Amino acid sequence: MNALLKSVPNEPAPAPTAAVGPARTITPPRKPAAVVARRAQPFAAAVRLVAPPLTGIALVLLIWQIIAAQNEAFPSPLVTWQAALELFADPFYRNSPNDQGIGWNVLASLQRVAVGFGLAALVGIPLGFVIGRVQFVSRMFGPIISLLKPVSPLAWLPIGLLVFKSADPAAIWSIFICSIWPMIINTAVGVQRVPQDYMNVARVLNLSEWKILSKILLPSALPYILTGVRLAIGTAWLVIVAAEMLTGGVGIGFWVWDEWNNLNVAHIIIAIAIIGVVGLLLELALVSLARALTHEQVAN
Amino acid sequence: MDELQTRFIDITGVEMAFQTKKGVFQALQAIDLTVRKGEFITLIGHSGCGKSTLLNLISGLLKPTAGVLICAGREIGGPSPERAVVFQNHSLLPWLTCYENIHLGVERVFGAAESRAQLRDRTMAALSLVGLTSAETKRPHEISGGMKQRVGIARALAMQPKVLLMDEPFGALDALTRAHLQDELLKIVAATKSTVVMVTHDVDEAVLLSDRIVMLTNGPAATIGEIVDVQLERPRDRVALAQDARYTEHRRQVLEFLYRKQAHPATQAA
Repeated sequence: MNALLKSVPNEPAPAPTAAVGPARTITPPRKPAAVVARRAQPFAAAVRLVAPPLTGIALVLLIWQIIAAQNEAFPSPLVTWQAALELFADPFYRNSPNDQGIGWNVLASLQRVAVGFGLAALVGIPLGFVIGRVQFVSRMFGPIISLLKPVSPLAWLPIGLLVFKSADPAAIWSIFICSIWPMIINTAVGVQRVPQDYMNVARVLNLSEWKILSKILLPSALPYILTGVRLAIGTAWLVIVAAEMLTGGVGIGFWVWDEWNNLNVAHIIIAIAIIGVVGLLLELALVSLARALTHEQVAN
Repeated sequence: MDELQTRFIDITGVEMAFQTKKGVFQALQAIDLTVRKGEFITLIGHSGCGKSTLLNLISGLLKPTAGVLICAGREIGGPSPERAVVFQNHSLLPWLTCYENIHLGVERVFGAAESRAQLRDRTMAALSLVGLTSAETKRPHEISGGMKQRVGIARALAMQPKVLLMDEPFGALDALTRAHLQDELLKIVAATKSTVVMVTHDVDEAVLLSDRIVMLTNGPAATIGEIVDVQLERPRDRVALAQDARYTEHRRQVLEFLYRKQAHPATQAA
């Protein structure tokens, strides 16, 4: 998306009739024309930059408006906007455990994701290292991972409820399960794909297993690990909404369900937008983290 | 010289076969070679003849399917800093600086016995040996190909190996850089009295650097075809040698082996 926007060509507008015809007579009119073209250019570039996304948004609003006009239960964009203003006027209120501001709900969900995701990283990344490094362990876990990976994390929710006897840890458990697979798999792949040249260096230098891990495997596999982390956090954010719908309590997922029960469709639409924005921010944060941590991969 | 000096590396009846999808591939057979301490040996042959395989056997990265390799009186059982390798594509770790790349090996070999300051001195000495003290804090992607290869050589030398193994170390460099590094290598080897086994496919490089040129027959099942004893006194000067009849004769010997007796399999087939 970013690259797409940046790639808009920044070439100057072609100067009219350059070096064609008798130069002396043409010089006076040509000069102002060039100046005008140069002045207009930043504005034109800005328009080219924002026009496509604005058109897209306008199109969505138009379709939304048409649907709202056809269906009385469906709030129009304007009604939703007003509801949003009202909602965001006081995002952090607390009337009762089941009636809290939207800000608290988002934070509660983020907290669950952070805990579940953090635990998954703590288990998944080291496990991925061992799987990538030790053939026996790789073949030991291979079939189990292949079998469990396609299972919806929500299928694990009842197990969590049974074991933890409480809704909150069960939701975290679902996040844990869904985040752990991409982290295990990507870490293992990253470790397995460490160039043989580097491993030969390690063998000739007779490096200790700790040095191999810290100086060769970890830096070499880091881009893969961070990809795994990114995939995991994306999935975790998808799953938390569904998990909270089932478990209840405070959280953006439950809030959506609650508003559905209140038949407050405007709030559901607002929640969708919030979930999207938070997901996008998580993604951007991890991309910039990856950029900061990854060494410059330059081919020989 | 005693037995250990004259037979510093002793290769007897070595065979190497690889298991491939198409069955067993016999890469090397009946390899017998001894290398004197302080000798400079080059392995030359057409691509695919197994010269790198032989080098990897000496380094211990590969284990022979038959035969014995002995270095300094001990059987080669696996890779060791005693037999340092300069890799074809330098194989520096891109996330470490030049200093750290060299220090990694130094620390492993001398870390138990020496202080931090001594380890640092060793690393800096190796950098200055290849004339790269200024690149200390640079990472491999910030320096040229020739400089990277020099760091690779410094990394190997810094461990004070018994044998320096080089796998086409200058293969990826342009002719001028290559000549420059060959001259530097000659000086370094003269100063450190290293025992060197080097794989090359460059006839001039082989004649210029070696005491003996070991020429391998074409694979599969390659073996040592001929050995040329290079009768040129050291130090050697490439410009003076260009006029030297002995140099030309050695060159002719190698070329004759490579292009008459062991014409490349591809051209034979054609």
